[in-house]
Amino acid sequence: MKLTLKIWRQKNASDKGGFATYPVDGISTDMSFLEMLDVLNEELTEKGEDPVHFDHDCREGICGMCSLYINGNPHGPLQTTTCQLHMRSFSDGETITIEPWRAKAFPVVKDLVVNRSAFDRIIQAGGYVSVNTGGVPDANEIPIPKTIADEAFDAATCIGCGACVAACKNASAMLFTSAKISQLALLPQGKVERKTRAEKMIAQMDSEGFGACTNTGACAAECPKGISLTNIARMNREYFSAVVSSDNM
Amino acid sequence: MILDSKIPAGPLEEKWTKHKFNSKLVNPANKRKYDVIVVGTGLAGASAAASLAELGYNVKAFCFQDSPRRAHSIAAQGGINAAKNYQNDGDSIFRLFYDTIKGGDYRSREANVYRLAQVSVNIIDQCVAQGVPFAREYGGLLANRSFGGAQVSRTFYARGQTGQQLLLGAYSALSRQVANGKVKLFPRTEMMDLVMVDGHARGIVTRNLITGAVETHAAHAVLLCTGGYGNVFFLSTNAMGSNVTAAWRAHKKGALFANPCFTQIHPTCIPVSGDHQSKLTLMSESLRNDGRVWVPKTVETAEKLRKKQIKPADIKEDDRDYFLERKYPSFGNLVPRDVASRNAKYVCDEGRGVNETGEAVFLDFRDAIARDSEDTIRARYGNLFDMYQQITGENPYKTPMMIYPAVHYTMGGLWVDYNLMTNIPGLYALGEANFSDHGANRLGASALMQGLADGYFVVPYTIGDYLAQTPPKKVDESHPAFAEAVDKVKGGINQLLNIKGSKTVDHFHKRLGKIMWNECGMARTAEGLKEAKKAIKALKKEFWSDVKVLGENEELNQSLEKANRVADFIELGELMIDDALNRNESCGGHFREEYQTPEGEALRDDENYAYVAAWKFMGEDQEEELVKEPLEFENVKLTQRSYK
Repeated sequence: MKLTLKIWRQKNASDKGGFATYPVDGISTDMSFLEMLDVLNEELTEKGEDPVHFDHDCREGICGMCSLYINGNPHGPLQTTTCQLHMRSFSDGETITIEPWRAKAFPVVKDLVVNRSAFDRIIQAGGYVSVNTGGVPDANEIPIPKTIADEAFDAATCIGCGACVAACKNASAMLFTSAKISQLALLPQGKVERKTRAEKMIAQMDSEGFGACTNTGACAAECPKGISLTNIARMNREYFSAVVSSDNM
Repeated sequence: MILDSKIPAGPLEEKWTKHKFNSKLVNPANKRKYDVIVVGTGLAGASAAASLAELGYNVKAFCFQDSPRRAHSIAAQGGINAAKNYQNDGDSIFRLFYDTIKGGDYRSREANVYRLAQVSVNIIDQCVAQGVPFAREYGGLLANRSFGGAQVSRTFYARGQTGQQLLLGAYSALSRQVANGKVKLFPRTEMMDLVMVDGHARGIVTRNLITGAVETHAAHAVLLCTGGYGNVFFLSTNAMGSNVTAAWRAHKKGALFANPCFTQIHPTCIPVSGDHQSKLTLMSESLRNDGRVWVPKTVETAEKLRKKQIKPADIKEDDRDYFLERKYPSFGNLVPRDVASRNAKYVCDEGRGVNETGEAVFLDFRDAIARDSEDTIRARYGNLFDMYQQITGENPYKTPMMIYPAVHYTMGGLWVDYNLMTNIPGLYALGEANFSDHGANRLGASALMQGLADGYFVVPYTIGDYLAQTPPKKVDESHPAFAEAVDKVKGGINQLLNIKGSKTVDHFHKRLGKIMWNECGMARTAEGLKEAKKAIKALKKEFWSDVKVLGENEELNQSLEKANRVADFIELGELMIDDALNRNESCGGHFREEYQTPEGEALRDDENYAYVAAWKFMGEDQEEELVKEPLEFENVKLTQRSYK
């Protein structure tokens, strides 16, 4: 395959940045999208040009490190991570536009690399059960209905990639934040702290500069792990019941 | 040099309990005076950092990724073993201990493995308390499944994403301590060297991957939780960033490296499709429960397949060789990982491989689908079939899957004693980074168990014994050892940037990988290893004179990051070859063709090689010195593994 790549290049956070165009040839349809970029980078390096920087690590769709806005879609045309996207999803001669995540809370570091530490800070605000190591009950002393455990699992599969934020016109982090709040609100272990958790995590989310929910569902439509919008509804319920009830309820 | 493993005396069952009692304690008020560095935030690192912070120590945690949640533990699929015996099927701590020792082909320490089995039950309790959503039965209690190498169901799991859920649990505990101010997090920061003061580990030198700043961090103890070194083979199931640099640089400061040649090759991976390939993807070995492994009987038929003149379905039953079922009638397709991998290699070496590269065998579900229906197979393996189709573009319900073995895990690592401390006082190694508990072959679902055991339940006890004997005075970063280490790191970086050669870092990495895979992979010979050693020496020379690293240090520079890591992989590769050459026997994942039974199975030499081979760095381009730690078996009987 022969392709034309229009790629966002930005030297560092303070650089203005802009698009550069690169032709690539000899791309096999079996290559993953990132392997196609590897080919480009080898060529650029051989020519003495700075390779295109992008985030990636596990390349099996689970670490959440890869990102990329491809032809206007987070992680490209399929509902998967960029590392699991293969070149057979594109056609010979196509022009592909590649950009970093665009969100105020995810500042560009270089080229296609952005800083997603805001997500870590949201989890630090309350995305845990406050138990220390040791001194916990036997695992089977807490029976949990299978349906509840399965629903908590579905919420817990979020990989923290940020596609939800990138997909949202308001760059809202509601889907990410709600997935963790939801997982822990569903499980008996997490119920003890559910009120303070919802309040603190949402406060942190707002302070990071993420926008409000648009209610369009673009986040769930683009989520590579299929995290459901139901989680946002559950988060809203958690939040309202936290603010309108007393601390002892 | 004599290695003291510090294994406590007394009966196996009482060693750990007694050892905990005999270990010195740091009183709660004093704990806040001690600083601990944790490098790596996978299962071992995140669990250790969180647990130590909970105890009151001041922790600094480092990872090269943009967030601690991305460490490669996240990619583990199958599950985590624990001797809970919830299924009432005869499991016990002793059985888990026995299975692990035997599975490791009798090349691990009894005392360590027994402790691992003991604390395995606590891990499950801990994870459930954190809110890890394990699979459950309809009655609300935890579900288990069986896994290779065991006759009981002791594996806890969260669909095919157990590693992810366990890591996110440990990450949440870590995040809580960050919020409490007890852990300071350093993402996108890579350890470049260890700093030693008066023979003790007292800090590290790091490079900030965004700004390039080379910085020092001082502490009373340093924990390396930096994972395995499978990427020495270039292609592996490891993440792209997984590397040996932290462990290797500690090795060059004096920490012994144990059993480096013990690597695990996993039989069911998606085959390499071409030279562009950057990484290999594992598919759960549970597929071998229903899939039948085969290749054509003749080279001629295989050639037609490779040229796409015929389809797999065109090959008649009589012309197929179900080689695992033929050679191992009683275990069939379910032989252990090392045996399955080796036999796939043999048939491909004979020219009977089935894809364009000639390095693939079929894993065929035709008969299972005919027997149980497509829906049943979909319910069992649907997500794996989808993943296969996504990557290869082929539908495994209609045409047989193609698989080939790939490097998956490294059993070798930094030598540690019973306390998980290396031979450098104050330097610990946890999880896959140590040589630990898996001997020459790791059983499925045991890596997650070991990482969390080390971090949650072992090091929080053993580190106290060391720190109680260390004055709580702040470590002085103005000590010349820090400045020296910084100079050395900066020198190394400048050297790489100034070579300005003609070949990319990946070019060298790929060549290294080919040498290692061909000569130090699934089957090894003395002759091949000797050639490989020469080739690596030449490659090292060429790397340091002709590598091309663009850009500068003071920016995000992914080529420079890779160059640092590949430089260390090249040196490690040579040591792996030395180790493989030294071990004149076959055991577990280490198969020397000269040492096999008449049936072609691994032939151990317990008389001469029942020891841990720990290697001591003797200086640049010097041969490393072998230090032996004899293995003593008092509770299990050494037997020849047989799967006929």
